[in-house]
Amino acid sequence: PCNSDAHMELTTEKPSSSARKEPPASSGPRPAASFSPSPAAAAPKSMEQLEEEEEAKDSFDVDVSVTNPEKVGQYLPPAPSLCWSQHETSLPMFRNKTFSVRRRFSDFLGLYEKMSVKSSLHGCVIPPPPEKSVMGMTKVKVGKDDPSSAEFLERRRAALERYLQRVVCHPLLLQDPDVREFLEKEELPRAVNTQALSGAGFLKMINKASDAVNKMTIKMNESDTWFEDKLQEVESEEQQLRKLHAVVDSLVNHRKELCGNTAVFAKSMAMLGNSEDNTALSRALSQLAEVEDKMEQLHQEQAASDFFIFAELLADYIRLLGAVRGCFDQRMRAWQRWQEAQSTLQKKREAEAKLLWANKPDKLQQAKEEITEWEAKVTQYERDFDRIGVTVRKEVLRFEEEKAKDFKGQIVKYLESMLQSQQRLIKFWEAFLPEAKAIA
Amino acid sequence: YRNLTHWLKTRSVSVDLNNDASLLIDIPDALCERDKVKFTVHTKTTLSAFQKPEFSVPRQHEDFIWLHDTLVETEDYAGLIIPPAPPKPDFESPREKMHKLGEGEATMTKEEYNKMKQELEAEYLAVFKKTVQVHEIFLQRLSSHAILSKDRNFQIFLEYDQDLSVRRKNAKEMFGGFFKNMVKTADEVIISGIKEVDDFFEQEKTFLLDYYSKIKDSTAKAEKMTRSHKNVADDYIHISATLNTLSADDSTFYLRLYKVEGRVASDQELKLTELLRYYMRDIQAAKDLLYRRARALADYEHSNKALDKARLKSKDVPQAEEHQQQCLQKFDKLSESGKRELTSFKGRRVVAFRKNLIEMAELEIKHAKNNVTLLQGCIDLLKSN
Repeated sequence: PCNSDAHMELTTEKPSSSARKEPPASSGPRPAASFSPSPAAAAPKSMEQLEEEEEAKDSFDVDVSVTNPEKVGQYLPPAPSLCWSQHETSLPMFRNKTFSVRRRFSDFLGLYEKMSVKSSLHGCVIPPPPEKSVMGMTKVKVGKDDPSSAEFLERRRAALERYLQRVVCHPLLLQDPDVREFLEKEELPRAVNTQALSGAGFLKMINKASDAVNKMTIKMNESDTWFEDKLQEVESEEQQLRKLHAVVDSLVNHRKELCGNTAVFAKSMAMLGNSEDNTALSRALSQLAEVEDKMEQLHQEQAASDFFIFAELLADYIRLLGAVRGCFDQRMRAWQRWQEAQSTLQKKREAEAKLLWANKPDKLQQAKEEITEWEAKVTQYERDFDRIGVTVRKEVLRFEEEKAKDFKGQIVKYLESMLQSQQRLIKFWEAFLPEAKAIA
Repeated sequence: YRNLTHWLKTRSVSVDLNNDASLLIDIPDALCERDKVKFTVHTKTTLSAFQKPEFSVPRQHEDFIWLHDTLVETEDYAGLIIPPAPPKPDFESPREKMHKLGEGEATMTKEEYNKMKQELEAEYLAVFKKTVQVHEIFLQRLSSHAILSKDRNFQIFLEYDQDLSVRRKNAKEMFGGFFKNMVKTADEVIISGIKEVDDFFEQEKTFLLDYYSKIKDSTAKAEKMTRSHKNVADDYIHISATLNTLSADDSTFYLRLYKVEGRVASDQELKLTELLRYYMRDIQAAKDLLYRRARALADYEHSNKALDKARLKSKDVPQAEEHQQQCLQKFDKLSESGKRELTSFKGRRVVAFRKNLIEMAELEIKHAKNNVTLLQGCIDLLKSN
């Protein structure tokens, strides 16, 4: 029996390394990571400045891959079985060139937990971890609802791999000590705070936080409409992707149905061929049955492409857009904290004025100290708010670029899989044609 | 319905069925009014039995059924395979889709709606084509049959320029349709139960009973498969429409892929499923022939018994002898004619399968090659940007 914390083997490798084990199905993006030496500037930058900064970065490659362990269950191979490697140009970040570690599913969730609460990463689009449940957003039956089924394992493996790839692709996250520990450390202590993630799921969490922000009474007056407009764009895109995902889901299911019906038809054809008393026609019908069998195989592979390349891409981005919304919420909260500090400072000043009038020198001293304290806080929170604003703008830009690259890459892959499928289809029917012509 | 007229004008007629210049029949035109189809039956003939060398008449589906039933109920044709009646035009599927379209109009984008409307029109057209073909083939089977082509009712059907429905009603009263009911209960038990003396019929019986059940099964499974294929095609329309709103540049690809995908689905339908369905009905007609012969044999055996009884009682012997002779003659006639019919049926079936399987394979290859060009073009475009 396989518990939900089945061990995953995390491996990161050089793309050209020959020692690499093939992951069973194609998974997500492998974009080059780029790194910026100075994360945030004090003053907000213009759009062009931000874009220039993006281009001027050093770049290096860190490739991660996740493979399922060969033995499922409690028993694991004694030595780590796969490696990752990194190839860097400017910064010595990791100890070894190639590395491999074993990780539990909950470790991946735990990593997200750690990143999501760091103030240094506030405003960043932190890639959300995969759903714990089998179904997630899809109505497609992945294998049976059996965690040990091959399809389910593959789906989870591919999702974890894409998740990690997005993490290491992010310049700030790659710097983060928790991320490095995740990639390097032999044994990780069990993650504890993953309940929220595994139970309610990532999007529910984001939406809850969003609601809390919206309920706060102090509303912001945006001097710059960029944030409002962008958030609206993000929300509308999320809706479109949901719609699209639902249709692609339907496509996967229909194709699986087609698969089944084709197989059944093939068998029926074979029976008919056996019954046929004209020899040549009988042979042709049997051949037709074989072609339909091959078609079933094609449909199955196509359904897998539909799902793993297309549907999962959409599902990932629906959740990523949720993460982007999360950044905007964080900025809102930062603003609210600043406003609340200002209002507290105001109250302290009023209290001081009262004390001056009432002539209580010892309490007055304390009041003055509090005012100094809150003045510092107001300054700090204002700086935080500005900084997070800059981060959000940069992050959104980076995210949009990655998204465009990602979509394009996956769509090309999807089209190529369809192309191959059609080419094989041609071969099957061309082989059948002479059999049909031979009927006499 | 411009498309339909164009198709009607440009398609090639079935070579094996309409090559006797003395009687050429086709359906050059058809009209659809509220799901009731009016066929224009056009005849060109050199036979003197007809009043004019060329003429056209409007006919409804019910007229075809009337013709079929009168042929079945004609004793003289008991030894022939009567071509199966064309099925009623079935617009159920596109009608359902139209209903869904109307309901969903509010929630769809204009683009999606238009695409679904296009698809709906294509489906109506496909059903239309199918029904015209099937009615036409029925008539051409008759015209190419040495005996049936001379049938008086067939000639009336082709020529009579008034509404046939009056004649139809009278005919129903005459025959009462009771024989048809008898034929409907073509008990396989009766067919398989008779003691067969003739090897040919023994083999045919075994073959036809088995083949019928297999082809019936294949027909049903083929229908299911092509329906799934259509569902996949429909999903592509929705994907295409939704992609458009995301301003992705591959949406036109999906649209075109749908069109090809949808076309493959409906062509597969026309070729393979129709072929199977048609021969399923044809084999049923062949089984009906076997049934009639089996009844004739049973009648003959009864008449033998009756003759023996009469001889025993020395009563009514001449009548019994005559009756027995008639039964024997009838049975022999049916056997002779039946053998001829079943042999030519075999040949016809093999030829039809061959033609259709070749066409189907060629179509699959053609469409797949189109898809490959399309896909390659899109991939190149996306990669070059």
